[in-house]
Amino acid sequence: MAELAAQVPVVDYLVLDDGPPHLVGKRCDGCGATYLERRNACANCAARSLTAVRLPEMGRIESFTVVQRGAPEHIGPFISVLVRLEDGTCVKANLVGVPPDATAIDFDLPVRVATYLAGTDEHGTEAVAFGFAYDGTDATDEG
Amino acid sequence: MNDDVWIVGTAMTPIRRHVHRDVLDLATEASLGALDDAGMVMRDIHVMAVGSQFEPYTFGQQVQKQIGQTGIPLYNVHNACATGATAVRSVLMEIRAGEADVGLAVGAEQMTAGSPPYRVKAPSGRKVFEPEGRDGHVLATEGILGTGQMFGVFAQTGTDYARRHDGVGFEQFAKVAEKNHAHSTLNPLAQYRRPYSLEEIMNAEMLAYPNTLPMCCPTGDGAAAVVLVSDARFRTLDPDVRRRAVKVSAAVMTTDPYDPSGFAHPDVNTLTRNAADQAYERAGVGPQDLDLVELHDCFATAELVHYDNLRLCEPGGAGAWIDERGPWRDGEIPVNVSGGLISKGHPIGATGIANIYEVATHLRGEAGDRQIEGAQVGLTHVIGLGSVCAVHILERAAT
Repeated sequence: MAELAAQVPVVDYLVLDDGPPHLVGKRCDGCGATYLERRNACANCAARSLTAVRLPEMGRIESFTVVQRGAPEHIGPFISVLVRLEDGTCVKANLVGVPPDATAIDFDLPVRVATYLAGTDEHGTEAVAFGFAYDGTDATDEG
Repeated sequence: MNDDVWIVGTAMTPIRRHVHRDVLDLATEASLGALDDAGMVMRDIHVMAVGSQFEPYTFGQQVQKQIGQTGIPLYNVHNACATGATAVRSVLMEIRAGEADVGLAVGAEQMTAGSPPYRVKAPSGRKVFEPEGRDGHVLATEGILGTGQMFGVFAQTGTDYARRHDGVGFEQFAKVAEKNHAHSTLNPLAQYRRPYSLEEIMNAEMLAYPNTLPMCCPTGDGAAAVVLVSDARFRTLDPDVRRRAVKVSAAVMTTDPYDPSGFAHPDVNTLTRNAADQAYERAGVGPQDLDLVELHDCFATAELVHYDNLRLCEPGGAGAWIDERGPWRDGEIPVNVSGGLISKGHPIGATGIANIYEVATHLRGEAGDRQIEGAQVGLTHVIGLGSVCAVHILERAAT
């Protein structure tokens, strides 16, 4: 049997090796504000203690654009979305599994975290990215 | 005597691709133009602030070496697209603090020489994945975790507004650009001076939905400057200078208050609303008193949301307002009669002074073909992403 390629997440707040892929935030112990990147303190209440929390996988689109100019060549036109997860945390990523067209957007449909392969380095290590997909579609369905 | 601060001189260069002039030439032209307009020389100036987003450190001192080294205090200012407005406010606060009676604020930028400095970095081409930065990324994330390109970021600001309010779509955003390109045909300082039909705008190259190419500001080179004086100094000036003076009734700056969405996507709404409300209160005027507004239309989507943020239209009614031609030069409150950033141009460090030049020129009744007749009160607004907002309210001198 072929050996599975090693995989790394494209950013460190995407966790691949603890059950299904999911996002992990840093939640302020003082006020509950939640962040994705490394933090020193809370921007809301200035508390200095934060705890890692698993974030919900479902959310809703709040804004979008379809980027045509300046899209990386190997990616091509893509849909950028701002998603508010069920706990209120906001995440920017691509909407995947649909053609890159404004008509693909439905603010009323929930979306969920979906992972896909974003690249491979010279050691064969694969970078796994996350996007959001409408429930029932798959990141690899891209039209 | 009170703590009023007055604009007694202002100038700006045309916004162009100035291929045979460098940024010091442009800053010099604007600075000397503003001094000449005020009937002053560098020896009259007590304090100076010089803004540029992309020039290296001590740019202001390099400007002094062109226009006059008198040993005065100088602030180099760098505050994204609010850089010029921040320079103006820095000088104004020195005057209000009693440290100076006369100050010069200059903003300049050259954006067309060489590679655009603001471009999102291309993927690094790294061959081995190693986590970098505060998010531990192993690849460039543009196009993977959404977009950070400006036309895309502001496109999302627009689609967020359209989601929350009825009557806003691609056509309403495009109408903003139709208006601003029409306005700039009357402005000899503007980078673009030809009208675009709504159809032409909507059928142009789509950069990031809903912003097509003519709905995005061009890159350009330019500079602008103002001379500010205290009320005490104002009262000693020649009557002809005082007659043309413009009072700064409010100079407000805000940054982002915490919001959960702000880390994923910049919120240009809240800090603009906060700045506008503070400015109206400070100046004792309301939106209904404004004869013209120069607001930060870096993209058509941005201008539309700021109608609402600056309280120019009914709450949620920005789409209806552009449909009714409220912000056209013959409408309810003329917005961006200069052509705005979309058509006049957006040399970043100069922008927050160029809009003050524009409003002041109308208040003086000296705007030529594009004059808004009888203008008494105007408002300027800029946003620097990250974010910072500056709002100035200007009034015609009563004397």
